[in-house]
Amino acid sequence: MRDVAVVGFAQRQMEEFDGSPTCVELLVPLFAECYEQTGWTRQDIGFWCSGSSDYLAGRSFSFVQAVDAIGVMPPVNESHVEMDLAWAMYEAWVKIQTGEVDTALVYAFGKSSAGQLRRTLALQLDPYTMTPLWPDTVSLAGLQARAGIDAGAWDERAMAEVAQRSLTDAEDNEHALRRGGSSVEELLARPMYADPLRKHDCAPVTDGAAAIVLAAGDRAREVRERPAWITGIAHSIDPMSMGTRDLTRAPSAQRAAVAAGTAGVEVAELHAPFSHQELVLRRELGLGDDVRVNPSGGALVGNPLFSAGGIRVGEAARRIWDGTASRTLGHATSGPALQQNLVCVMDASTNGGSR
Amino acid sequence: MSRTLSAPVTVAFDYTRSTGPVLGRFFGGLRDGRLLAATLSDGSVVLPPPEYDPVTHRPVTDLVEVSPVGTVTSWTWVPEPVDGQPFDQPFAFVLVRFDGTTAPMLHALDVASPDEVRTGMRVRVRWAQERTGHLTDIAGVEPLAPGEAEGAFSPGDTEVDPVTGIVTPVSVDYVYAASPEESSFYRALADGRIVGQRCPECGKVYVPPRSACPADGTPTAEEVELSDTGTVTTFCVVNVPFLGQKITPPYVSAYVLLDGADIAFLHLILDIPAEEVRMGMRVKAVWKPREEWGTTIENISHFAPTGEPDADYDTYKHHL
Repeated sequence: MRDVAVVGFAQRQMEEFDGSPTCVELLVPLFAECYEQTGWTRQDIGFWCSGSSDYLAGRSFSFVQAVDAIGVMPPVNESHVEMDLAWAMYEAWVKIQTGEVDTALVYAFGKSSAGQLRRTLALQLDPYTMTPLWPDTVSLAGLQARAGIDAGAWDERAMAEVAQRSLTDAEDNEHALRRGGSSVEELLARPMYADPLRKHDCAPVTDGAAAIVLAAGDRAREVRERPAWITGIAHSIDPMSMGTRDLTRAPSAQRAAVAAGTAGVEVAELHAPFSHQELVLRRELGLGDDVRVNPSGGALVGNPLFSAGGIRVGEAARRIWDGTASRTLGHATSGPALQQNLVCVMDASTNGGSR
Repeated sequence: MSRTLSAPVTVAFDYTRSTGPVLGRFFGGLRDGRLLAATLSDGSVVLPPPEYDPVTHRPVTDLVEVSPVGTVTSWTWVPEPVDGQPFDQPFAFVLVRFDGTTAPMLHALDVASPDEVRTGMRVRVRWAQERTGHLTDIAGVEPLAPGEAEGAFSPGDTEVDPVTGIVTPVSVDYVYAASPEESSFYRALADGRIVGQRCPECGKVYVPPRSACPADGTPTAEEVELSDTGTVTTFCVVNVPFLGQKITPPYVSAYVLLDGADIAFLHLILDIPAEEVRMGMRVKAVWKPREEWGTTIENISHFAPTGEPDADYDTYKHHL
């Protein structure tokens, strides 16, 4: 396997982006940040891959228009996934593994505020047995949260503790939409929204975009003293039906974690758009109490669809670059109630250090 | 004035789907007021029936009728229902394990308040008044009345006239925003002007303007006002009728390269027989009456020949 590292990362998050769903306007400055971080120009990028979905904002072929932000003379090597940035990054990682290219810039964008996000997402469900009921994202998460409460896997206090820690950590994250912790008691005193979920248990609707730069071997070393070397990356998927899954578990997350190898991780950025989902993921990823979870505040303080999973990878990579950690993890999810999961483990050394 | 123009847009489509042998029988059962579940290789009984056995991966063949009465295994309150959900007023989404099954099914419980829901409560199917062989034949589930006898259930014949297809209407509402560059283009049109933007790197002029030059990836900042005359670079004769067509075929849809622009844009060529339209033909915008103008390209009704001699191929060969 080739040694591949995350060497660049830029993001934008906002409550409501008032421009076009193609988000070219957001992507141009993001790419500029990536060029500045790497010292590269667009000609140094061997492969481009984006993540987005036209369902989000109702503009057809927005990913084609978004390519304007790259500039394609001379022509570029480019692909797209209708998935989160983290899966676009997975495709780029595979592309680099083939030896065809040494560098990649992956990006994603989404204007969730253009529609009614929790309703739009019902279109990703089984079209025969689920979508005709328009089960919204919040409701499906609520069914999962209740299942865990009834089974004794977690309680409302544990969910509030997740929210409290996220809101407190978000005070240091300039990109966070929500920030400012109070206390678990104060959070529990707030009214129910979608019983058993309070509003702070649910990620805010967020517009935004993000970009990640990958590089192999010496191309990575020329960019950073401490590249975040990807020493494990895997993704997996559970059945979509809500009835045949144990909603308190996420076997696909566990499977991805085992394949990626999560032992010894110091910092984990988990893509948990609902508070109880962080509790599911900590268990499935085998994260002990000594692991620092979501120092960015996580998805509960900002969840730009199609970028939020990749942002977790970028945030985890930053901890390697700045020397605050030697081994970190970024996780991304997609589908209803943690159906699909990707785990990316990064290290300060290419062999995973003393592991 | 807001930075960008925006307008509501609705995207709608009636999805027509074939149902296959398993779901076809399931939907046929619903039409007949019966719940048909799958018996799987591990002994589980699952509703709705999956098409393939998750353990053996073999096609599912055995269906069994199960009771329309069941137990809530999880629930969530829906305080603000969205369009298309089973009830317009607040309700609960529930997972219900119908008697005779081993796994719960998602549906909606019609109660007035979350205080009326609990895990473990007994509910029954409320069938829709008119049933067509669709998931919505189940209008929802409702609590058994206090003291209501559940009655014994004896499964009937699983012979059913299968449904072969379902239609699921999907309609999604958006607020669609134009980019800042597109917004100035449309605002200028409302004044009877056509504006494009120039790339600071390669000097190319784009109309309608884009947020970045597609060749260089550079934001196109400089606004350029363009003439409403131009050259037909290429065209097609539309002979095929389609839904929403406003002009009777045959008519010509063409790329018009406005004088001063580097990229052609699509518009109609009228006031000339379709067979006389040609590459290089010089054309001019025909504007609608001023009182009909808005922030739309439709202010220009179409383009019509100017009568000038045709443009030399060399003048537009790089813009095809």
